[in-house]
Amino acid sequence: MEHLILPLVIFFPSIGALLLLLVPERQADTIRGVSLIVSFVTMLLSFAVYYWFDPVASGMQFELNQLWIASVGINFHLGIDGISLLLIVLTTILTVLCILSSWRSVTKGVKGFHISMLVLATGMIGVFCALDLFLFYIFWEVMLIPMYFIIGIWGGPRKIYAAIKFVLFTMIGSLLMLVALIYIYFEFHSLTGEYSFDLLQIMSMQVPYQAQLWLFAAFALAFAIKVPLFPFHTWLPDAHVEAPTAGSVILAGVLLKMGTYGFIRICMPLFPEATIAYLPYICILSIIAIIYGALVSMVQKDIKSLVAFSSVSHMGFVMLGLFALNQNGVEGSVMQMINHGVSTGALFLLVGMIYERRHTRMIADFGGLAKVMPAFSVFFMIVTLSSIGLPLTNGFVGEFLILLGAFKANVVYGIVAASGVILAACYMLWMYQRVVFGKVTNAQNEKLSDLSPREKLILVPIVVLIFWIGIYPKPFFERIEPAVKDVLTKINGARLSSADDGQDAAQMFIDESKEISTVVIDEGVTADE
Amino acid sequence: MEAQLPPYSIKMMLPELFLFVWALVVITFDLLTRRKSGSAVGYLAMLGLVICGGILSITGYGRGFGMMFINDPVAVFFKVIFLGAAFMAIGSSFGITNRKIVNHRGEYFGLILLSTVGMMFLASSQELLSLYIGLELTTIPLFVLAGFFKDDRKSVESGIKYMIMGALSSALLLYGISFLYGLSGTTDIVQMKINLAVTQLANEGDIGVILILATVTILAGIGFKLALPPFHQWAPDVYEGSPTPIAAFLSVGSKAAGIVAFVKIMMLGLEAFYDPVMKPNDWGILVGVLAIAAMVWGNVAAVRQSNIKRMLAFSSIAQAGYIMIGMVAMNQYGLAAVGFYTFVYMFANMGAFAIVTVVEDQTGSCKISSYAGLSRTSPFLSAALAVFLLSLAGIPPLAGFFAKYYVFAAAIAMAGSSNGHTWLYWLVGVGLLTTVFALYYYANVIKTAYFAREASPYRLRPLRPALLVIAIGLLGVLIFGVVPETIVDFARDLPYYIAH
Repeated sequence: MEHLILPLVIFFPSIGALLLLLVPERQADTIRGVSLIVSFVTMLLSFAVYYWFDPVASGMQFELNQLWIASVGINFHLGIDGISLLLIVLTTILTVLCILSSWRSVTKGVKGFHISMLVLATGMIGVFCALDLFLFYIFWEVMLIPMYFIIGIWGGPRKIYAAIKFVLFTMIGSLLMLVALIYIYFEFHSLTGEYSFDLLQIMSMQVPYQAQLWLFAAFALAFAIKVPLFPFHTWLPDAHVEAPTAGSVILAGVLLKMGTYGFIRICMPLFPEATIAYLPYICILSIIAIIYGALVSMVQKDIKSLVAFSSVSHMGFVMLGLFALNQNGVEGSVMQMINHGVSTGALFLLVGMIYERRHTRMIADFGGLAKVMPAFSVFFMIVTLSSIGLPLTNGFVGEFLILLGAFKANVVYGIVAASGVILAACYMLWMYQRVVFGKVTNAQNEKLSDLSPREKLILVPIVVLIFWIGIYPKPFFERIEPAVKDVLTKINGARLSSADDGQDAAQMFIDESKEISTVVIDEGVTADE
Repeated sequence: MEAQLPPYSIKMMLPELFLFVWALVVITFDLLTRRKSGSAVGYLAMLGLVICGGILSITGYGRGFGMMFINDPVAVFFKVIFLGAAFMAIGSSFGITNRKIVNHRGEYFGLILLSTVGMMFLASSQELLSLYIGLELTTIPLFVLAGFFKDDRKSVESGIKYMIMGALSSALLLYGISFLYGLSGTTDIVQMKINLAVTQLANEGDIGVILILATVTILAGIGFKLALPPFHQWAPDVYEGSPTPIAAFLSVGSKAAGIVAFVKIMMLGLEAFYDPVMKPNDWGILVGVLAIAAMVWGNVAAVRQSNIKRMLAFSSIAQAGYIMIGMVAMNQYGLAAVGFYTFVYMFANMGAFAIVTVVEDQTGSCKISSYAGLSRTSPFLSAALAVFLLSLAGIPPLAGFFAKYYVFAAAIAMAGSSNGHTWLYWLVGVGLLTTVFALYYYANVIKTAYFAREASPYRLRPLRPALLVIAIGLLGVLIFGVVPETIVDFARDLPYYIAH
């Protein structure tokens, strides 16, 4: 049973999608119901995975390794560690919430929409489970088409432009990844005489340094487009703003995480030397993303594009934490991936809710919502604070660890990045103030209805998660820790060997981190918060 | 000493003979029923193809007519593709034969069968002259078919254009073949390979300018058949003017025939003169340049088309470019990749053209804009079209993705294997970059069908045979996407047979 649970979680949504094909288009509520039940069961299955997951063990769990295309050495190899576990649970939860949130907002082509959502879920969960590079690539691409349709059919006014831009950007990245993948495959063959795409086997191989540089660049570009790292972020505002609410939530909540997940699952363990070589560039790009994303957010007039640009900034934090390459930074990053999924997902849901009522997202059109929609305002407040990273909310835990890691790695990075937290507080709170506080200036806002029970049902689990992670994150960190250690061991091995060669960059890096780690800086970071 | 006649082994040729007779039966049947045969004659032709497939499966491997006729896995593999393409072309033709060519159904279907016979001969011939005859038998019926709408200026124009271009390319090919004969003193391809190698050794690696002439003229001849730039100008016009199922048959069947001819002459006969390092004799880099031209020109020009048949014409030029990558990667993966690519391409392209035919029957237009909003009125056909186009674009888990993957994998394996081949990386790079263009214009059709604000005024009602064709295409694209194993296994053995 245990080794069949992963394929079940992955393909259950697809089976549901096939089932939906049989329901006639007219019975919209049946379609919504079936899709909700399917996604709910998937969520329960993922909880079961969480329950059975052994937090102490290192390495992959629930492994399943089946021959798929034997003649070319492609296996159907699944398995998860703590990082993928949390992302899978996040994915299934957000899918349920998205389907709930589209109950009223998607009225045209209900069947197609729900089929796309369920197929998308299969692709996303599959990416997080795949341990065969080829399988990983397939799942990675499988998501592309449903998302294209979700943006293109159910999106906003500039949906077609946004959909095509999204697809082309992603495709350029993933094609590079495909080449790198095939190259590794033959490299592995020439070293071992075996054909295999198996991630765990390839991980044991020592890729030559020069090849690592190229391969890392190809993979990193694919992932950086997905994250999106500055300057590859230009598809993101278009796609996020034009997508329907459910699409934005999935995009921000899960699809962006696949980029960072790719870095930690493939780039770092496979190409440790290249990781160190590229480290400064990626860190600098992350910091630019943090500051740039925050500054651009500040001047947005549309709430949705504000949230979209804030994603660029937040994902910059995640990248910085990953490439701090120490236990604190990477753990914080993984946690922040979940946090960002929860809180930005929630922000998009909230924006969707007021958009359904007012059919506008302009900040200037609102004001004084606190009086008209008290429940909405409370939820909005909690989510805003979590997005800023207030202590006791989930955002704090992640950002704190990331900054801690960044300071350990390089003080300058830490200081500059920390200013991003302040900027986040500025743009989020300023936006909140203009939307919620003050007097009701626009007559149309006076008779807005407050949240319906369905909408509260969507938001309550999110608030629970926000506080749970914020107050008692231990169960999550327990599960992340062994996985992060595995990755870091690999990197540290490479760092030592390259230090032996007298490679200056790495050596300097170590010296710096040694110096800094002796200084107690925890309080300094807290003050910045 | 008494000269021994080689054993004829007519048995080896049974499928071709049967199909030839059946083509005549189809034509006569239409005459005997005084042109009132209706759809029956079409079904008769499809039945013939199925029976022929059955005969092919029990014929087994072997040789006949000395060394001239060979039935090896390579031949059988491509014969299956030819039969499949003909079957799907005929299946999607019923709407047209019912409305436009009521009085010449027999000839229409009979000529398709005859052309298929030619392709099958071509796939089996192991000798330059019979190969040439097979190629002629393939193309001459197609000239007629391309101009089958006698009252339609565009169709007649396309028929004439195709005939002139076809004749020119055949002449070039024949010219090249005559050089090869002059150099090697034989038309048997295997013997020619040996003789050329001996001559090359005797001349210390320098055969001279005649071989270059032969290579270039043969490449030009085959280039015309495959519509590789700069020999591609006829393709969009001919595809646009000819009846849509014939355009489909041209783009799959006749293209596969060109591929077989290429495999036979270049990969087998001139194998010694494939050389990755620039030498005047080699053809590897020349084909590589043709492949790059095809991928770039085909994909870029397709972006600008507003007529879906012209778009598919340019896209099939590009697809031929991808197939050529597999040819240039002359290693164990290369030919397997070519075989698999062609096989999968048949399903996706014939399926896409079948839907184009249905839409044309209903709306009378081939403009991409006439697809607007079709997803609302005909969800199944729109979804099928999307699947076919996405497979052509190479999106997993559809079969087209694996095809592209194998081709690129073959090239990367070759590029990494020794220093002289590193230029193959450029081929892969261009291939990947142009794939993005391809995705753009394929997605553009899907966009028109799905993202339109208004529902389409048309509700598509495909005839049953057309539905069958679409279903076959869908099954092929989906099944070989999830389990490519069966065909991959078969295709993997092809290089072995071509080398022996």
